Parts: sequence; C-alpha cells; structure tokens
Amino acid sequence: MRDVAIIGVGQTEVGEHWDVSLRHLALHALQSAMTDASVTQADMLYVGNMLSGELDGQEHLGALIADFAGLRGIEAFKIEAACGSGAAALRMGYVAVAGELANVAIVVGVEKMTDTLGPDTTAALAMAADGDYEAAQGASFVAINALLMRRYMHEYGYSRADFAPFAINAHRNAVNNPHAMFRFPVTAERFAKAKVICDPISLLDSSPICDGAAAVVLAPAEAAHAFSAAPIRIAGSAVGTDTLALHDRRDPLVLDGAILSARRAYQQAGIEPEDVDVFEFHDAFSIMAALSLEAAGFAEKGKGLRLALDGEIGIKDRVPVATMGGLKARGHPVGATGVYQVVEAVQQLRGLAGANQVPDARIGLAQNIGGSGATVTTHVLERMNA
Amino acid sequence: MTNNDTTMILKPDHEVGIIGYGAYVPRFRLPATEVARVWAGGQAGTPIREKSVPGPDEDVVTMAIEAARNALARADGANPALIRAVWVGSESHPYAVKPTSTIVAEAIGATPNTQAGDFEFACKAGTEALQAALGFVGSGMARYALAIGMDTAQARPGDALEYTASAGGGAYLVGPAEEALAVFEGSFSFATDTPDFWRRAYQHYPSHGGRFTGQPAYFKHATAAAQGLMQALGTGPADYAYAIFHQPNAKFPRTVARQLGFTPQQITPGLLVNEIGNTYAGSSLIGMTAVLDVVKPGERVLLVSYGSGAGSDAFSLRARDAILDRRERAPKTRDYIARRVEIDYATYARFTRKLRQ
Repeated sequence: MRDVAIIGVGQTEVGEHWDVSLRHLALHALQSAMTDASVTQADMLYVGNMLSGELDGQEHLGALIADFAGLRGIEAFKIEAACGSGAAALRMGYVAVAGELANVAIVVGVEKMTDTLGPDTTAALAMAADGDYEAAQGASFVAINALLMRRYMHEYGYSRADFAPFAINAHRNAVNNPHAMFRFPVTAERFAKAKVICDPISLLDSSPICDGAAAVVLAPAEAAHAFSAAPIRIAGSAVGTDTLALHDRRDPLVLDGAILSARRAYQQAGIEPEDVDVFEFHDAFSIMAALSLEAAGFAEKGKGLRLALDGEIGIKDRVPVATMGGLKARGHPVGATGVYQVVEAVQQLRGLAGANQVPDARIGLAQNIGGSGATVTTHVLERMNA
Repeated sequence: MTNNDTTMILKPDHEVGIIGYGAYVPRFRLPATEVARVWAGGQAGTPIREKSVPGPDEDVVTMAIEAARNALARADGANPALIRAVWVGSESHPYAVKPTSTIVAEAIGATPNTQAGDFEFACKAGTEALQAALGFVGSGMARYALAIGMDTAQARPGDALEYTASAGGGAYLVGPAEEALAVFEGSFSFATDTPDFWRRAYQHYPSHGGRFTGQPAYFKHATAAAQGLMQALGTGPADYAYAIFHQPNAKFPRTVARQLGFTPQQITPGLLVNEIGNTYAGSSLIGMTAVLDVVKPGERVLLVSYGSGAGSDAFSLRARDAILDRRERAPKTRDYIARRVEIDYATYARFTRKLRQ
C-alpha cells in the first residue's frame, strides 16, 4: 500500500439542470478536475451514481463517460451504494492507486434527478431502503427518516424547533458557495413555519432533489507535487456497513455502519475526532446530521443536536460542518454527494474556501451515508507540506 | 439566449385590427379556501382568492357563443355572413370528434360559407387562432375572421391546479383596419418541444412537471416571445400602456412582467387570475378584453400568451378612437367578474361532474 493524494477537483453548480444531460454534467466536473490536476489521461475511472438506470434510462456509466470524456479504452465502472455512491467510488479509486494498480485514477459522482415527476423520484429513492421489508410496506425514504427523528425527539426530549440550527448553519454557508443550490439564509422563524412534508420532518429539515456532478483526480502521494501545488493526502479511507432495514438494528438511533467507518478511518490516519478541523457530514435530513455527529465521535449518544444548539458547528466554531452548505443547502444530487463533500473539504484544506474558510484547516473529514446508514464511507484528508 | 430571429415577426400585407371583442365568465365562484378545506385540512396556502366555475348547463360551446355575440355587438353592424372563419381554441372542447366551431358559427349566423375548426395548443390555443385570423384577413382572403379562446379547465381533485383551473375566455372579431377599434402592429411566436403539462387522450385530468412548468417552460417562452416582438418592432416596455401575460397563477405573470421591465400599473388592469382563476386557453385573451374596456385611443397594448408543450405568442396593438363608443355596446369584463355567486366544494363537485348520479 502506498499513500494516495488528491491532485485535482472539479464540480458543477448543483441545481435543476433541465437542459444538461447526465453525461454532460459528468463531463463538466471531470474536465474541470483534470484541468485542475494538469492531467490529460488516466488509468481508471470510477463513476459514483445511484439512479441513472431508474431516472435517466441509462446504466453502463463507466464506459459511457470514459468515452465521452476522451478516455476511451481505460478501465471504467459505475459504483453504486445508494446515497453513499460518491464516496464509495472514491474508495475504489483510492484502492486502485494505493494498491499500485493505477497511477492516475479519476472519480466522478453524478446524479440527474429532476427530469422525472416527483412520485417517480420518490419511488426510486426508496430503493436505498430494504425493498421487501421497508419500501414494499410503503415507507418512502423521508418516512424512514421521520421515524428516526420522531424516535430521537421522544428518547432525548427534543422539539422540532431544536433542529433549526442545522438548516440555519447550512444555508448561511451556502450563501458564499457559487456552486450551491440554495444561496439564501434562513431564520429560526422561517424554519418554524416550514411546510411539514412527513411529520415531524419539514421542508427545511430536508435536502433537495437536484442535479450535479463533482470529480477528483487521484495519484500516488509521492508524485503529487509534480501535478499540483497543493495536493491533499488521503490519510484514511474506510467503509462500514449495517443492515438496510431500521428494524434489524440493535438500536435504530445508533448508526453502527458510520461508527465502524469513522473508527477505521481515524485509526488508519492515526487521529482522533478532536484533530478534525472541518467535517463535511451527511445532512440529508437534520436527524441524519445529529446521528452522524454522534457516530463520528463528536458527541455522545443523544447529544449530537446539543452541539448544534450550543453553537459549536459554525465556520469559526469547534466542529465546523457543512462548510459550503452541506446536503441541505449546497444540495444532494445523491450519487454525486460523496464527491462534493470531498471536493469541498479539499477547498478548505487548500485555503481556497473564501469567506467560508475555516482558519488554518489542516485535517478534513468527509462522511457519506448510503441509505439510512447501511453503507458508510469516511475519508480523512490532510494538507501535505511542500 | 433565446435564439430569436426577429425577421420572423408576423405582419400581414393589409393592416388588420380588432373590430369587435367580447368576454364571458360564468357566474359561479369557488373560493380557493374551499379547495384547501377539503384537500389540505384548511392548512394550505392558496395561490389566488377564487375561481370561476361553469354552471351545470354551460360548456365551451355555450360560453364561446356568449363571447362571440358580445364581439359582434361591438362590431358596428358587421355582417356575420362575411365571417370567413370561426376558430375556437380550447383544452375542453365538448366533443373529441366534432367541431365546437361549427356550433358557434351556426349560432352567430356565419354558416354556411365559412371555415370552422378547433385549435389545440394547451393555454395558447386561442392566440394561435387569433394569429390565423390575422393571416386570413391580412392576406385579403377574408373580410372577417373570428378567433376565440375559451375553456372550462380541468384539474385533478386535490392537485395544485385545482385551486386555479377555471372557466371563461374571450372572442375577437378580426377585420380590416378601417373598421377596427384596435390595430395589430405585429405578432411574434416562440415554440419548442417542452413537455411541462399535458393530458393524454381518454384522460380526464392533466399531468404536470411541477417546478419544471416555471423557468424552462413559462418564463423561457413568454420572455422570448415578448422580447422578440419588441425587438422586431423597436419598442420597449415604456411604449406600452398595458401588458397582459398568460396568468396560470398570480405569481408567474407578475414575475415575468417585472423581469421584462413592466410596472405593476401596466399589468394590473389585465391581471384577473386572483378573481376568476386560470381560464387556460381563455386566460390571456380575457385579460385583454379587460384592458380593451379601459384603454385610451392611441395607447399601445402588449399581449403575451403561453401554452404548455410549449410556446408563447406575443401581439402588439394600438387602440383607435372607435373603441370609446363601441366598447359600451356589450357587457364589460368587470361586469362579468362582479356577477358573482359563491358556491361550496360540494356544489362545485356536482357542477363539474366530479360527482355523478
């Protein structure tokens, strides 16, 4: 195993790209990452995507996008792990370069969700859950998260309004991110009045349905400075899994997959949660934000929400999260999200996050959760000295 | 970004104008709060105040005849036998096969030597008919042609569209400029294959693409048609006393008007959606009947329709002196809006045959 570095990143704006095809979205992100990395060729391409078959009538994305990007002939696959597809694809790229099977690997996450009607999109997203025991019983993905949120409120005595700081923080940070979908702030009053879509989850607890693509280019760390003035080392890369269905878990309010994934990544990187300067977490719903803060070791069980309520999640605070808007306000193009998180963590570690720059960020953590926690990939990123 | 070719402006060889116009709105009104009460537990916000509902004995045929008779009443004795075309644009023609237009033509005395046909282009079927009438008269083939946009709009019970889908429209008798109370300066169209709203054969209610009906559909097409027309004519928003936009809700026409540079004062007289709802193929055309009821001679009016699927037609008109006297000869649009009987959701369900015996 050799050290791996990110030598280039690229992303498209997240939004409703009705006039751009899936392959063009992927191409834009991929070309911008290749330009950033000063590479024109690669050995492997991994495409993170969840729903192209269901929503776009297109599978076989590896060869499709490799060819479209002028990389015809290279090894290329689509990697799928529900909403965790993006980071899972990065994990595969990492494995290829670390295992000396590739010198340059490109990872692109892409999703196009807005060309279908709402009910079709909702049904497709429910495939992230257990088909026989959850989705077939009528549980949509938002319903599963509503169960978790209701349980969390019941167990620990929180109210709906207590979840507001997550949305407020995410939207505040998105204002300064030109790639974010919702570049406007929200207030606690607006949060309180937001339309409830699946009690107790309101519109402002939820990430949006949207389109987007993000890409990174990987190379051996020892060669990284030849490509990039500011390469970022992948200090830890780990996956943890859990049951798909909530009812099979030992405790529905504990994301065991996320705990395993984070623990393994910390161990590989030789760090503790306290060492993390930036945490790009998986705030698909505000309840997931709370649970992932706990699973990644930043708060005890039932105290993830406390962290937000105590004002510890802002750019200048102890645990900066969703620093470029997160899933809530940057947007959640599901299979692309894990790559967006890493691209944004790289921006922070390179010192290129503009008004949202976390002071002297050295170590970044990105955690991408598939389904309600069944496939979780965590990456620890570290600034490399020249 | 619209790829407009402004040489594509429609301008007939002979000057053409409106020689008579007429509105029609059924008397029944369903407050939007009634839809919210039944379908959203009274919790939902409402896009408009209330919408018009056709009575149990009304359909696009009867309503088109009412509006056509009003148009003829303002036409200063024009001989109906010289109406060389009767064209009705609607999404709710009572027959799938058999024209609405022949019934209307018969009722107003335009038969037998006339064209009669029904137009379909979602909410711009009426302005499509109006453009055809401009061509028919402007080429010299017809003395008069009658274009009508009229609907008894459908919406799936409980759908967002049910708050607004309503009944009404306008009729326009087109003829030579010498007889006109307003003269057309030109028309311009912008259409693409954009499936934002549709209804398949044998279906009762339309489907729509949610947020897709906004930016890439309504706004793109309405903006491009309006800009293309004004560029071709060398006019700008300040040259118009009034502007009327297709009005599926209160928000879209206000937004597109603001983006194009029109003031609320320019669009308010033709913005009826809050009081009568979205009359689909009648929507922009009844907005214009309300404006013709108040416009001063010499003033310019911009009309921009929008039909899903998708396209927009824009028209520029200038009012003439004759309008002052002749508009008094039939009920005004505001008279129909004021003629109001409020009903509840159950009565609405019966009138629109959502409940059947």
